[in-house]
Amino acid sequence: MQYLVSVIDHRTNSATEAEMADINAYNDVLKAEGHWVFAGGLASPDSATVIDGRGADAVFTDGPFLESKEFLAGFWVIEAPDLDVALELAAEGSKACNRRVEVRPFL
Amino acid sequence: MNAADIREAIARVHREEWARIVASLTKRFGDLDIAEEAAAEAFATAVERWPGDGVPPAPGAWLTTTANRKAVDRIRRERKRGGKQEEAQAMYGDTPEPHGAIEDERLRLIFTCCHPALATETRVALTLRMVGGLTVPEIARAFLVQESAMGQRITRAKAKIKAARIPYRVPSATDLPARVSGVLAVLFLVFNEGYLATGPDADPVRRDLTAEAIRLARLIRDLMPADGEAAGLLALMLLTEARRTARVSASGELVPLGEQDRGAWDAALIAEGHRLVRERLASGAAPGRYQILAAVNAVHTSALDMRDTDWSQILALYDLLVRLDPSPIVALNRAVAVAEVDGPEAALAIVDRLPLDGYHAYHATRADLLRRLGRSALSRAAYDRAIELAGNTAETAYLTRRRGQPGLPAPRPMSSAPPRGHIGKDDLEEPGPRRDREPNPLKGRP
Repeated sequence: MQYLVSVIDHRTNSATEAEMADINAYNDVLKAEGHWVFAGGLASPDSATVIDGRGADAVFTDGPFLESKEFLAGFWVIEAPDLDVALELAAEGSKACNRRVEVRPFL
Repeated sequence: MNAADIREAIARVHREEWARIVASLTKRFGDLDIAEEAAAEAFATAVERWPGDGVPPAPGAWLTTTANRKAVDRIRRERKRGGKQEEAQAMYGDTPEPHGAIEDERLRLIFTCCHPALATETRVALTLRMVGGLTVPEIARAFLVQESAMGQRITRAKAKIKAARIPYRVPSATDLPARVSGVLAVLFLVFNEGYLATGPDADPVRRDLTAEAIRLARLIRDLMPADGEAAGLLALMLLTEARRTARVSASGELVPLGEQDRGAWDAALIAEGHRLVRERLASGAAPGRYQILAAVNAVHTSALDMRDTDWSQILALYDLLVRLDPSPIVALNRAVAVAEVDGPEAALAIVDRLPLDGYHAYHATRADLLRRLGRSALSRAAYDRAIELAGNTAETAYLTRRRGQPGLPAPRPMSSAPPRGHIGKDDLEEPGPRRDREPNPLKGRP
């Protein structure tokens, strides 16, 4: 069972060096214990482009599809047998990156 | 057996077996929704068949078998439609039980329904449905929400449990204390809503809810006999419920403890509550909040006369509680005991510092203290504010009468309302007597 752990933030490129070190240590634990699937940090929402390819010609629009004060700054995809394990891992991830996170199951 | 006997038999089996049937079906099929529906169908079949066929010799086993068959039928139907039931079944699998876990299936069910990933009101609704066996319309009525909204809340919760894979098991030893206190909090909410129902049209006491909360608290207590707070919560509920009939007058007004007809109290419930409090004291373990509140209520229910109430002991218990929970609401209740031990002036000095302006019991307590100090105008203003904020019809009636009474120091300590979230505070604030009362369990054995 895979879960998306989204990192909620209101600033971009805001991780400090200490936070980056904690995140790397956390990633190592995820890998060592077989929970690691994928992870990544995202550039600012300002850098996003929205594409609508449903018509004959694709339409490109500048900016994120949703303007909000808080946004997705990065994510982990983790492997966990159930939500209790996922929540425990997410709590450690939240501590490591020093941000709130959201856990959502994949279908 | 006549029709009434059959109905009674079905109601009894429903009370005794519902949770067990839902729990065992959830274990087998890995799906709360299937378990709930199949259990409900099995009971519907019993209602249809038992009047003609008679009650089977082992009604619980009959219902379990019938429910299992209903579940299998549904799964077959869904499989034909290309459903994903097999996957759901494999999904839960057989998770190994943590060491020393309690075996009863119902406990898994309770922990799943009270999982912290669900919203509090959802935990309450789901517990009442899956463990308590209340119907969706009953739960909707109890919480004054639309039936369709309550149905949706429960459906969404079941979907989340399935999609997010909330595990169906007793939590691990490290998580257990926090998770148990989450379960107790749900039962406490159910009881409180019954004890002090809100809404202008609501009955002041919802007996259905207090009874259900007590039944579930008994179940938790049976399933986890070593848990002190489970015993404490049950004792607290019993000692509060014991005074239920004396607590609201025929005209629908709240009767504070000092004015209650103690002959109307339920001696059996008080005896049971005191037994539990004694058991916890004998354990020598440090008490949690429910055990302390139960002890406070034990002191009240053991006073032979209101004037015999051991207020210094109650104050000592609140001192203990303040250390566990330094919230202003606990401080407010402690102040009521301070008024009895050190006088209303000392209590008012404490109360005036508390940041509880939006809370009706704060104003009711202040109003009473001011009245006892002879400060009538201020007291009336405080009653006005309390009446404005109170949500319970019996309480509003009581406060309104109180406001109209002369502003002289009351002959006996008087205040009013039980703060929500703290059972039986009216009783804590209202000392009271009774002959042939159980002796105070905090003072040696009877």
